[in-house]
Amino acid sequence: MSRPTRRQLLHGSAASLAGVVLAAPVAHADRAVARSAGHGHPGAGGHHSDGHAMPEPFDEIYQGRHIQGWPADQGDAHGSRGDHGRRAQRLAGPHDGMDFVVRIDNDDLHVMQNVDGTWISLVNHYEKFSTPHTLARAAVRELQGADLVPVITG
Amino acid sequence: MAVRKNQANLTATEKRNFVDAVLELKRAGRYDEFISTHNAFIIGDTDEGERTGHRSPSFLPWHRRFLLQFEQALQSITPSVTLPYWDWTVDRSPRSSLWGDDFLGGDGRSGDGRVTSGPFAFSGGRWPMNLRVDGRTFLRRSLGTGVRDLPTRAEVDRVLAMDVYDAPPWNSASDGFRNNIEGWRGPNLHNRVHVWVGGQMTTGASPNDPVFWLHHCFIDKLWADWQKLHPASGYLPTGDTPDVVDLHDTMKPWNDVTPADMLDHTKFYTYA
Ligand SMILES: [Cu+2]
Ligand SMILES: [Cu+2]
Repeated sequence: MSRPTRRQLLHGSAASLAGVVLAAPVAHADRAVARSAGHGHPGAGGHHSDGHAMPEPFDEIYQGRHIQGWPADQGDAHGSRGDHGRRAQRLAGPHDGMDFVVRIDNDDLHVMQNVDGTWISLVNHYEKFSTPHTLARAAVRELQGADLVPVITG
Repeated sequence: MAVRKNQANLTATEKRNFVDAVLELKRAGRYDEFISTHNAFIIGDTDEGERTGHRSPSFLPWHRRFLLQFEQALQSITPSVTLPYWDWTVDRSPRSSLWGDDFLGGDGRSGDGRVTSGPFAFSGGRWPMNLRVDGRTFLRRSLGTGVRDLPTRAEVDRVLAMDVYDAPPWNSASDGFRNNIEGWRGPNLHNRVHVWVGGQMTTGASPNDPVFWLHHCFIDKLWADWQKLHPASGYLPTGDTPDVVDLHDTMKPWNDVTPADMLDHTKFYTYA
């Protein structure tokens, strides 16, 4: 590691405030703008996730749960962010790869894109999924009816 | 010198001392900080940004330091306690003594995954899920459903045979020992075990299940085994690598320990 980044400076506070960090599935606005939907090409050029196509938005009822996903820069079109999301974003700072929003019954599910183009979520964090849609369905099965909790204390 | 043992070889007293110390950390409010630290890194570590605890070369030294800190916390309760390791290439069944009522308790029940037996069962009232990703307040497991089989010894040996520690791009796409043991590439060792256990172990808050420590203790042992097999292969990278912890860089959140400081585990403990 040779240069301090803003993320680096923010990460220290993230470590001590992880209870809130768990609620941080909101992409950083300026990063999201830089990664607008559809500009990527599948499999294009090497190991950068920007080289992968932005996944399709989705909105469906799956096993009784309302699952939605969309590129983060379109977030405003789907209504305002929850207050917990704003707070966590401020504390945790931007995350690379967080350029897609996934919600289950309107609760944010933290997702991350791997450099090979696959996706993981906070609920299934050790298992890759080909798209945010398959990831969201897997999270619904994992939740067995439980709600995602944005801020997890006591 | 502390000796870390295979959990299958612990005496009844050793099991009880370990379990009691873990429960005491929870009761005293000292356990959950380990969960929150781990989760913060799980979320913060990204393939193309700063990465320290996971998907990066420092996966192994970071968890070694993390386990040492937890072990020291246990020893502040009972000085003789050390972390046991779970060799999942051998004890690969839900009927293993690891999951006995005198140790970690059993599988989750069908329907909601709730663990109903052993010291960490919800009904015992001593294992609250204070830090969690969903509304469920009880320890959950679903042994062998997320993935049917644990890694085999042959798969472990295949990874141990790799003689380069890590390689560019120093993330989940890398070749080399570190990424293959972490499981993003190759036979999927470390990650697969999280998925096999299921429940909280599949989430960012995986240390909610105490088996986390036994699993990572075995990963730590495999790193030591690999070092023995490849004495000429050192930690990589060694300098000036963006977003990645080089050999002599300090690691967050401690900021006073480097991968180089963690290479020789025999300064701290040995493996039986
Ligand atoms: Cu970890
Ligand atoms: Cu792990």
